[in-house]
Amino acid sequence: MKNRRRIAKYSALSLIKQSVTGRRWSRAWRHHDLQASYDVVIIGGGVHGLATAYYLARNHGITNVAVIEKSYIGSGGSGRNTAIVRSNYLTPEGSAFYDRSLELYERLADDLNFNVMFEKRGHMTLAHNDSSLRTMQWRAEVNKLAGIDSDVIGTHDIKRLAPAIDVSDRPRYPILGALWHPPGGIVRHDAVVWGYARAADSLGVHIHQQTEVTAIDVAGGRVTGVVTTGGRISTPVVVNCTAGWSTLVSNLAGVRLPITTRPLQAAVTEAVQPILNPVVVSGSLHVYLSQTARGEFVFGASVDPFSAYSTRGSLEFAEGLAGHVLELMPSLSHVRMVRQWSGLCDMTPDFGPIIGMTPVAGFYVDVGWGTYGFKGAPVAGEQTAQLLATGVVPELIAPFSLDRFERGDLTAEKGAAAVGH
Amino acid sequence: MLLILCPHCGPRNADEFSFGGELVRRPGPDTGQESWRAYLYTKENLAGWEREQWFHGSGCRRFLEVERNTITNEIRLVRDVAEGTA
Repeated sequence: MKNRRRIAKYSALSLIKQSVTGRRWSRAWRHHDLQASYDVVIIGGGVHGLATAYYLARNHGITNVAVIEKSYIGSGGSGRNTAIVRSNYLTPEGSAFYDRSLELYERLADDLNFNVMFEKRGHMTLAHNDSSLRTMQWRAEVNKLAGIDSDVIGTHDIKRLAPAIDVSDRPRYPILGALWHPPGGIVRHDAVVWGYARAADSLGVHIHQQTEVTAIDVAGGRVTGVVTTGGRISTPVVVNCTAGWSTLVSNLAGVRLPITTRPLQAAVTEAVQPILNPVVVSGSLHVYLSQTARGEFVFGASVDPFSAYSTRGSLEFAEGLAGHVLELMPSLSHVRMVRQWSGLCDMTPDFGPIIGMTPVAGFYVDVGWGTYGFKGAPVAGEQTAQLLATGVVPELIAPFSLDRFERGDLTAEKGAAAVGH
Repeated sequence: MLLILCPHCGPRNADEFSFGGELVRRPGPDTGQESWRAYLYTKENLAGWEREQWFHGSGCRRFLEVERNTITNEIRLVRDVAEGTA
């Protein structure tokens, strides 16, 4: 049965009306029965899959689209990342790409009619030695050439922007300077997922949660359909947006990927008074932190030292993280850590994503995002949608094609993203 | 914490080891570009039991073959790689 009820727009007026009448809010997105065929099937209801569906519908008028999610939407990396966005990457292709993403994030709330709580706090990457200071100078110059606001600052400015950071010579690795990137910030990641889902749904996209793809039908080198736990769907186009599980899904279509799955752990403290405005990253100490609007500190580190599909936390992580955070902000020593969790990252050999076509016609991938999938989601969705609609690889994603590993044309993103935030 | 039962040193924390990824045989020098490319980049990335290589850097400094379940992190076999080839 088709559900044709329109999704009401959120506004100040709707908020007042709702509070006066006391009626329940209507559901943000609808339930649909699985159709026997779709023009496009997107596997993975995370921020990448939903963004792709949304831009397909909005920019290209392709609305007969299904997003298939084996759990609930945003249950993977989309709801587990540390919600940091920035565009000060080292390579020209990387910075152009993420700059577009940041641009989309900035007006996403308007675009989706959903408050995604984007806070442009500024993004600060600390340098603890001469060589990282040198790399930062390099990054700042690459960024400036691309028109991205990025500069190296000294300890005086660090103290001014983030007074809680210890810039004295007490720590084992004293802070010498920082790369300062004012357009960076944090976004409420769940809101981004919900906003894309709601907007895509209102344009006619079907979101199927609790539905797992168990097989992909390929005939004569072309995708013909997918088999799900809810039934078979025939479709000429399948997009794999499944991050940590992307090799398992691609294998269903017979496409091999150069990806390994690694857990990345993060943690959050109890809420305290606001004392830290910018996002602070230390590559040398492998830690990044920000304080949420509610007052909790959110911390993340680098990926776990071995591959796994397990999302269990480890004591080594909690210990190491606490030690490193206290080096940066000794005033947090009495703040309690309340939770740690882990998400799965799809790591590629060159730390760059893999977006575009595969040897199987009609089977597309938007995977390999590793530790920075959240930052790239809007632009990846937009560009993947453009690729699906036009059949032409957009310039922004051309460097990230799967065949770069055959051509030996790897992207050099590791230098800027070894600590991917 | 992951405990690895090193055949030379006994049960040790995984921190002492470095992870070398899934165990793959190096192709012969004359097998062509395609197999070398696959050897370099393509991964099984199994969800389940995986045969992998670990190096006991802070112990016996031997290369070990480990069978580990990548979903549960259970380990069911650890042996010196030299044993496997002998």
